[in-house]
Amino acid sequence: MHRNKWAGWLLPLLFVALACIPFVAQAMDEPFYVTFFARVLVYALAACALNIVLGFAGLVSFGHALFIGLGCYTVAILADAGIANGWVQLAACIAVCAAVAVLVGAVCLRTSGIGFIMITLAFSQMFYFLMVSLTPFGGDDGLNIYESSDFGLFQLGGSQEVYWAAWALLLLLALFLNRLRHSPFGMVLRATHINPRRVDAFGYSVFRVQLSAYVLSGVITGMAGFLLANLTAFAVPSYISWHVSGELIVMIVIGGIGLVTGPVLGAIVFLVMEELLKGLTTHWMLFMGPAIVAIALLGRNQFAWLKAGISRPGPMKTAAPRRVAGEAR
Amino acid sequence: MNSSLFLSQLLNGLQLGVLLFLLSSGLTLIFGIMNFINLAHGSLYMVGAFVGAAAYNASGSFWFSLAAGVASAALAGLLIEHLVARPLYRHDHLYQVLATFGLMMFFNELAIVIWGNRPYFVTIPESIRGAVTIFGAPYPVYRLLVIAVGIAVAFGAWFLIQKTRFGMLTRAGTTNAAMVSVLGANVDLLKKALFMLGAGLAGLAGTLAGPILSVQSGMGDPVLILALVVIVVGGIGSIRGALLAAIVIAVIDTLGRAYLPHLLTLVLAPSAANTAGSALASMLIYLLMAFVLAFRPHGIMYSARR
Repeated sequence: MHRNKWAGWLLPLLFVALACIPFVAQAMDEPFYVTFFARVLVYALAACALNIVLGFAGLVSFGHALFIGLGCYTVAILADAGIANGWVQLAACIAVCAAVAVLVGAVCLRTSGIGFIMITLAFSQMFYFLMVSLTPFGGDDGLNIYESSDFGLFQLGGSQEVYWAAWALLLLLALFLNRLRHSPFGMVLRATHINPRRVDAFGYSVFRVQLSAYVLSGVITGMAGFLLANLTAFAVPSYISWHVSGELIVMIVIGGIGLVTGPVLGAIVFLVMEELLKGLTTHWMLFMGPAIVAIALLGRNQFAWLKAGISRPGPMKTAAPRRVAGEAR
Repeated sequence: MNSSLFLSQLLNGLQLGVLLFLLSSGLTLIFGIMNFINLAHGSLYMVGAFVGAAAYNASGSFWFSLAAGVASAALAGLLIEHLVARPLYRHDHLYQVLATFGLMMFFNELAIVIWGNRPYFVTIPESIRGAVTIFGAPYPVYRLLVIAVGIAVAFGAWFLIQKTRFGMLTRAGTTNAAMVSVLGANVDLLKKALFMLGAGLAGLAGTLAGPILSVQSGMGDPVLILALVVIVVGGIGSIRGALLAAIVIAVIDTLGRAYLPHLLTLVLAPSAANTAGSALASMLIYLLMAFVLAFRPHGIMYSARR
């Protein structure tokens, strides 16, 4: 139980620290930090959303960049058509992401394990190539956003505004996920990972539970894309590239799978590490690649520890010998 | 429709299919027996292409460049197997994806460090340059050679898997690796050999593709995605499925890119047809994959035992 107490302290501390960053940046006269950390928060948002399917449901989606791209391009295309109203854009973004997530999820969830990984990847690549070949929307060069989303009360015009929007959204999401983890839906969702057959026997439809989680995750990732488009004032196919999907997974694994705060910490560590390496050498990937390999090789042990933490060790211990005894008889 | 153009497009599709088969057969075997998903397979293809091209430019011998490409990729495969894949065989696919994703980043950057950012130039050897006329359509000899090599390798793979002791152990291993080990076969060695074989085939594909496509960092990534689509459609672990799916997907992709923009002019204005056609063509194989999975979730050549 002490792990929960520790995590309970970590979350408020983290958000207070993140809230200080714009002021620190202002005091140091380094506006770049706000832009950088706004990007960190946006990716943290996406990683938290991915964690709903990857961490809670154990579905390794290797194509979540699809939803970041959908969010980005919804903003860009609407802004290009002269609709800069933020509420309209947000509603469109949510509707598009939900619709695509239902369709893609319904096909992908027919498979499991390795098939699911590859199919989610293939779908995000499909969207990538679609945007590359659609020249009316900028094609390979991307689409500039000249007018940022206007919410009436505020406008997502600068990094500062996007930073606070992302901060608030991330806080809401963290609180929501904390509730979700222990809600009936969250419990069933986590159970589908541990023993889908038993969940089925309890009368739940595993497919529906997983699809709901996938759609929820897709919509929230789409909102991250919405913020990213406003932050960079730009939508390019490279936002949808599978490297982004991979990086989101790396963030989750660094922070700890299935934990609420994990992806936030992971996003901070990953992007700060990337930025530092980029400052040192142009060939930063030469060091980042092996670092990711090392994380994967070490992370598998952490995973076992986490699994033991999640699957309630108490009852398991009494259940196991009983089963053996039953077989001996 | 011009029939000679159609024929050469069909041959182009076949040639792409052959390259895809060389890549995906290794990938599907490695997955089938070791339950390991190797995203760095595209990097092995790139290694083969770069080393093959460098070897050809240094020596001028086509056969030497083929040997160098295959050997270097197989060696890289052996290293990957020993250092990264082996510790992860028994673990969650998530970590395999992650580790090989990191490897891919590393190899792409390494290629930039060694060979630079621009495409590395390599020519087709003098003796097999030029074109022959097939049914009235001129077609490059080199591409025909690629098709021939691919067909030869497909036969070789069939022979190896169906008729040799190694193949028998491999087939048994895909069904139950633990049992094969209990019966006294050295499964560790088998896995190493298989990984090297898959890597070598990827290297061969890379070396062959070098003069046709541009040899540059990241060239393996799009091909890897295609190979993943192939093995999902073909049924994971099945070589026959990989062969069938590789040819079907490559032909559909090539013909779609060549003819869809034309076909759509029948119903759309020319400029709209061009845009919609090329967009649809790039999505075609993924739509095919979604269609196949909707009816056969485990691919077209799935055997019920797994």
